[in-house]
Amino acid sequence: MNTLPRALWRHPEFQLGAREMAAPALGIAAWGLVTGVAMVKSGLSLAQALAMTLLVFAGSAQLAALPLLVAGAPLWVILATGFCVNLRFVIFSARWRGYFGHLPRVRRLAMLYAAGDLTFVNFVRRFPEAAPDERQLPYFWGALSVNWGAWQIASVAGILAAEQIPSHWGLGFAGVLALLGLSYSLATERAQWAVAAVAAGVALLTYGLPLKLYIVAAIVAACVTGHVLERARR
Amino acid sequence: MNDTLVWLAIAGLTAVTVLTRGFFLISDKPWPLPAWAREALKFAPLAALVAVIAPEVLMTQGELITTWRDPRWPAVLVASLYYFWRRGILGTMVVGMAVLLTLRLGLGW
Repeated sequence: MNTLPRALWRHPEFQLGAREMAAPALGIAAWGLVTGVAMVKSGLSLAQALAMTLLVFAGSAQLAALPLLVAGAPLWVILATGFCVNLRFVIFSARWRGYFGHLPRVRRLAMLYAAGDLTFVNFVRRFPEAAPDERQLPYFWGALSVNWGAWQIASVAGILAAEQIPSHWGLGFAGVLALLGLSYSLATERAQWAVAAVAAGVALLTYGLPLKLYIVAAIVAACVTGHVLERARR
Repeated sequence: MNDTLVWLAIAGLTAVTVLTRGFFLISDKPWPLPAWAREALKFAPLAALVAVIAPEVLMTQGELITTWRDPRWPAVLVASLYYFWRRGILGTMVVGMAVLLTLRLGLGW
C-alpha cells in the first residue's frame, strides 16, 4: 500500500476522486480567479503574483497577507497571520495522520502540502474510517490534481487578466455556493445539522476576532457539540 | 511595495503552508491526542465549510446584513432548493449565480 500503482490516472479510484472534485472545483476556480486579480491589484509584480499562487497555494492566507505587504508590516507579523489563518489545516492534519501517518515523512509532508480544504473534505467523505486502505492514494491524487489544477489555472488567468475582470460582479460567490452544496452533501445525519448550526452561529458571533480565528473557534465549538450529541445518543 | 519583503514573505508563507498542512505528521512518534478528540474531529470538515460560508452570506464588512435587498440570501435560498431537488453541486452553483447576477446586474441590488 506504500507504492503507487502504475498508470495512476487510469486507476478507478483516481478517476472517482477527480470526478467527485470536478463540480466543487469550478467554484474553487472562481475563487482562484478573484485571488489572482486581488494579488495584482494590490501591487505585486507578475513574477511575484505567479510565485505566490504556485508556491504558497493557500488562498485565504494569501489574501490575508496582501494588505500587510502593502502596509509594509514586519515579516513575522505576516507569517504569524498566515499561520493563524491556516490553523484549520493543523486540525485537519490530526485526521490525515490516521490515513497517511505510515508513509515516509518527506513523502507524506509533500503530499499534504498540496492538499487544500476540498481535498480533505472529499477524501474524508469517501473514506470515513481513519485507517489506511489501498484505494486511498489513487483517490487522493485524483482529487488533489483536479483541485490544484482548477485553482492554479484560474489564479494564473486572474493574474494575467486582472484589468479585464469586473470585481463588482461578485464572481467569487460561486466559491461560496460550491462550498454550500458540499456542506449539504456532508450533512447526512441529524447530529450534523446541529453541528452546522453551531458552526454558523459561532462564526458569526466571533467574526470580530483577529486573524480569522473565528474559523477555528467555530470548528472547535462544532466538534465538541457533535461529539456530545453522539455520546448522548449512545 | 518592498520587493525584498514580498519575496521573503512568499518563501515564508510557503513554509507556513507546509508546516500547517502537515502539522501532526511531522513527528514519527505515536501521537498523544485522546480518543474523544480524534472522534470529535470527524465533524471538522463540515464545521470548517459552514464557518467559511456563514459570514460570506450573512455579513457585509464584519456586520450582519440589515437589508433584504441583498442578492446573496436569495441566491443561497434558490441554490439550496435546487440542491435538495437535484443533489448536484454544479447545478447548485449555476442556479445560485444566475440569481445573484440577475439581482445584482439587473436590479442593482
